[in-house]
Amino acid sequence: MIRIENLAVSRGNFKLRDINLKIPAGDFFVIIGPTGAGKTVLLESITGLIPLQSGRIYAGGKDITELSPEKRGISIVYQDRSLFPHLTVLKNIRYGLRYHRAREDKDHLNYIITALGLSHLLGRDPASLSGGESQRVALARALAVKPKIILLDEPLNALDPSFRGEIQAMLKELHSRTGITFLMVTHDFSEALTLARGGAVLNRGKIEQIGTIDEIFKAPVSEFTAGFVGMLNLFRAEFQGSRAVINGLSIETGRDLAAPEGELAIRPEDIVLSRQPISSSMRNSFSGIITEIKSQGLFYEVTVKCGELILKALITRGALEELELTEGRSIYISFKATAVHTY
Amino acid sequence: MRLKNSFLWLSIICGLLVLSFILFPLLRLVSGPSPERMSEAIHDINVRRAIWLSIYTAGLAALISLLLGTPLAYLLARRQFPGKSLLESIIDLPIVIPHPVVGIAILGVVGKNFWLGRLLHEIGIRMMGSVTGIVTVLVFVAIPFYINAAKNGFESVPPRLENVSRSLGASFPATFFRITLPLASRSILTGFIMSMARALSEFGAVIVIAYHPMIAPVMIYERFESYGLEYSQPVAVLLILICLALFLALRVLTANRKKRSRGCFGI
Repeated sequence: MIRIENLAVSRGNFKLRDINLKIPAGDFFVIIGPTGAGKTVLLESITGLIPLQSGRIYAGGKDITELSPEKRGISIVYQDRSLFPHLTVLKNIRYGLRYHRAREDKDHLNYIITALGLSHLLGRDPASLSGGESQRVALARALAVKPKIILLDEPLNALDPSFRGEIQAMLKELHSRTGITFLMVTHDFSEALTLARGGAVLNRGKIEQIGTIDEIFKAPVSEFTAGFVGMLNLFRAEFQGSRAVINGLSIETGRDLAAPEGELAIRPEDIVLSRQPISSSMRNSFSGIITEIKSQGLFYEVTVKCGELILKALITRGALEELELTEGRSIYISFKATAVHTY
Repeated sequence: MRLKNSFLWLSIICGLLVLSFILFPLLRLVSGPSPERMSEAIHDINVRRAIWLSIYTAGLAALISLLLGTPLAYLLARRQFPGKSLLESIIDLPIVIPHPVVGIAILGVVGKNFWLGRLLHEIGIRMMGSVTGIVTVLVFVAIPFYINAAKNGFESVPPRLENVSRSLGASFPATFFRITLPLASRSILTGFIMSMARALSEFGAVIVIAYHPMIAPVMIYERFESYGLEYSQPVAVLLILICLALFLALRVLTANRKKRSRGCFGI
């Protein structure tokens, strides 16, 4: 378990204040917040890489506030992967083993290499790896030492969307198999929905809300949280083959859906509005009626009713004027199959 | 397009000018001495001793710069602290001070008129006219080159790599030797070579502290003063050739090592 009490950190102009968190052992916990909210600083201060101004950090019931980073048993995986460029993939993965008892556990290492699909890459140079591959190597390196806690800094960011689902599935599998506590930061609420049960919303160095992901989504306590997590079209759907059916509307997801039913999410910025039906590679196209147009600063949130389904789209002011959108007008909405998140 | 072309020609002409400005005197120097004079110089024990002393003291100065300068270079690359730019200017001072002034300044503190000089004399360390004195002067002029190169090298290693290493269980020293140092090794080698080259070329500061034992530049100057161009040239040629060979060997040696370690990267 990790417990953080009244943590405060100051980095130049940036400050983290009053951070209080309790994460049960073996949990998959997500900290959600926009860019610049202080997510990476929070992770680095938990690792012991940044000095605290005040507060205490406990891990497994032990006060680790004064421990140096190498003695905490907390691995960090950065967004940029930070692979050691002068070592092969295998040497990267094995890097920390000599400092841990995990070095005797060959099965664990083999499991991680296999689960992350790295067997054929072991002799390669990090520079020759793709984004998804290097992300998997960074994960393997962090997991190889069997840490008590693993900290993930936007692990799915800067990844090709097609790799994203793959890495997400791997994260889930590794979490349930290893029993390690996962703490992930992300700016993407749909990732939190897919992966975690508990979460916290971080904004401008302060925690706005803590709870289960469901609670945060359904009952945001602040306007910021509402704005941040509400930017999502989330529905319960029945799954049939590669299609998801909501209120009679059938949506193509482009992949086999194993479960009979589940949740489905589409980000408003992934939805395209047009006056005429557009012929493109987008697999989903519906007609509907605009019920509401709301200004959100630089963007406009357009609510469209397609049959019984209400979808929100986010468009720029320019697009709004060009399409001459007004409430009550009929409109076509389209989105790609890859824009449909299911879990 | 025409402007671009004329600029290209200007660049080429200036380039050729600079190149010949550097190479012409050196080629003239190298082809100057007759084979007899060269062989005479090679067989002169005093010449060989002076060249060896030059290489030995310069190498020692570069090594001392490396040992003393590496921690400081790392600190400068990683930390921000008040007075940092002042510290950096102080480190650069030896580069801008005229060479004889360096010698005189050092003489001022190690001479018998100063307590430090008397202290050194008491414990039996002789600076005037000794190898110790020569190396001291050479470290003074060479160390800025090493520190600046090493600092650049450390700055190019992302701190996040060190962070990851620490979080994987490696202590600070282990991280330094397994991550930071290997990744900065090129710059450290460059710094070593630069500082050694700087030390090899020093004359003005050394002659103030130690006319004898004679390093090669002092011998070249002495022969020029006493016997003229013809007698100083062969020693100069020898010094140049040996230095070139030495630096080339260092470069090749380290380039090879890198390639080899890459080759056996497999499991």
